[in-house]
Amino acid sequence: MAIDTEKNVYTVFFAVIMVIIVGSVLAFLASGLSGKIKENERFEKQQNILYAMGVNENEGDGSVNFIPTDRVEAEFANYITEQLVLNGDQITTDEEAYLIDLKKEMTALKNGATPRLPVFIGEKDGKKYYILPMYGKGLWDAIWGFISLNEDMVVQGVYFDHKAETPGLGANIKQRYFMDDFIGESILDGNRYAGVAVAKGNNDPINQIKDDNEVDALAGATITGNGVSAMIRESVNLYRNYLETIRQQ
Amino acid sequence: MALLSKKDTNLILDPLADNNPITIQVLGICSALAITAELNASIVMALSVIFVLGVGNVVISLIRNIIPSKIRIIVQLIVVATLVIVVDQVLKAFAYELSKTLAVFVGLIITNCIIMGRFEAFALGNSPWRSFLDGIGNALGYGVILIIVGFFRELLGSGTLFGIKVLGDPIAKTGLYAFGYENNGFMIIPPAALIVVGIIIWVQRSRNTALIEEN
Repeated sequence: MAIDTEKNVYTVFFAVIMVIIVGSVLAFLASGLSGKIKENERFEKQQNILYAMGVNENEGDGSVNFIPTDRVEAEFANYITEQLVLNGDQITTDEEAYLIDLKKEMTALKNGATPRLPVFIGEKDGKKYYILPMYGKGLWDAIWGFISLNEDMVVQGVYFDHKAETPGLGANIKQRYFMDDFIGESILDGNRYAGVAVAKGNNDPINQIKDDNEVDALAGATITGNGVSAMIRESVNLYRNYLETIRQQ
Repeated sequence: MALLSKKDTNLILDPLADNNPITIQVLGICSALAITAELNASIVMALSVIFVLGVGNVVISLIRNIIPSKIRIIVQLIVVATLVIVVDQVLKAFAYELSKTLAVFVGLIITNCIIMGRFEAFALGNSPWRSFLDGIGNALGYGVILIIVGFFRELLGSGTLFGIKVLGDPIAKTGLYAFGYENNGFMIIPPAALIVVGIIIWVQRSRNTALIEEN
C-alpha cells in the first residue's frame, strides 16, 4: 500500500511521530549523560580556580595546562583553605561555594535582590590568595573567569573563559600570553577600585609597566577586550567592602 | 575498486575541485569567514561538518519516501539540530575539553547552508549509500577550503600554525622578525577571509576556464 504523503492528516501524523522520536532520544540522552556532564563541570571550576592562584602545570611552551581531572579534587581540597559566601554584610563559610552559579546571582542583583557572592581563600607557600569569580559580557555571549589577589590588591593570576567569542580573535582571552599579562597589575588606582583595563593605546606590548592598571589589548577583539575590562571593574567593585577589610588587616 | 564505482568516486571527488561548495557554489561562506583565523579551529569545524553532513544525508535519504513534502524543510532542520545536539552532549560527557572548543561552532553548523543544500538537492532523491558519499564529499570540499584559508590567515596574521610560532617571535624579534618582517593584522579579521577565498576562486578558474561563467 502506497502512502499518500501529500495528505494533511499524514503531514500532521508525521510531525507528531517525529517530535516524539526526536524528543525521547534527546531526553534519554540528556538524563543519561547529565551525571557525567555535571562532574566534568565541577572539575572544570576547580581547575579554573586553582589556575587563577597559580596552581597549574604550565610549562615554558606558552600553553594553558590545568591540574589533571583525576587529581584536581584532592589538590582543590589541599590548596583552597576556605570558601566564603558574602550575602550582604553576612559572611558564611560554605564548602560548596564554588558551585554557586554567578550568572544567577548577577540576575538576582539586577532584580534588586542581594546576591550570594563566593570568595575562595587559597594558601600556597605561606602566601594567601583571595580568589574572586567574575562574570560579564563579551561580543557574542557571556565571558567569565577568576581573579586572585593578595592583601595589597595586586593580581596574582587570572583565568578567563568565554561561551562563544570568535576563534582567533576574542577567544584568545583564554590564551596564556593574554592572561599572564595581568599578573602583577594592581586593581587599585589610589583608593579607587579601578580594576585592570584592556587598553589599545597602551603602548606596552610586553607589559613591563605594572602600575598603570592597563594591559595590552588583543588585535581585532576590541569589544571582547572592553568586556573583560568592564567585567573586572564591576566584579571587584561588587566585592569592594570585603576587599577593604582584607586591606586593613 | 569494488566498493566505489566510478560514479560513486565522483561523488566524493567532484566537490573537492570543480564543484566545490565554497568556491563554485558559493555556499557556507559565513562560517568560512568566521572561524578561519586559526588553523586549529578550521580543522575542528571541517571535522564537525563531515560528521553532520555524512550522517544527516543518510538519515534524510532513509526517510526520503515518507517525508511529507510540505514540511520537508522543517524535517531537515530538525535532523541537523538533533545531530548537533547529540554530538554536543556526548562530547560534553566524554571529551569535555573538545566540547568547549566546539561550543562556538554549534550554531554555525546548524545554519550552514551547505548542509541544508545537500539534503534538499541530493539526499531527498538518492539512496543512503550515495547520499553518504555525497555528504562526505561536499563536507571535504568545504573543509579543504577552510583549512587553506585558515593556514594562510594564521600564518600571515599571527605568524603561527596550530599556535606554534613558526616564523619566530614577534616581540623578541627572532627568526623572520629579525629582518623587519611584521604580522599582517588585517589577516586575522574576517574580511581577509573573503580576500583569500577570492584568490582561491581566481586561481581555480584561471586553471580551469570552463568554470568561468559567460555573461
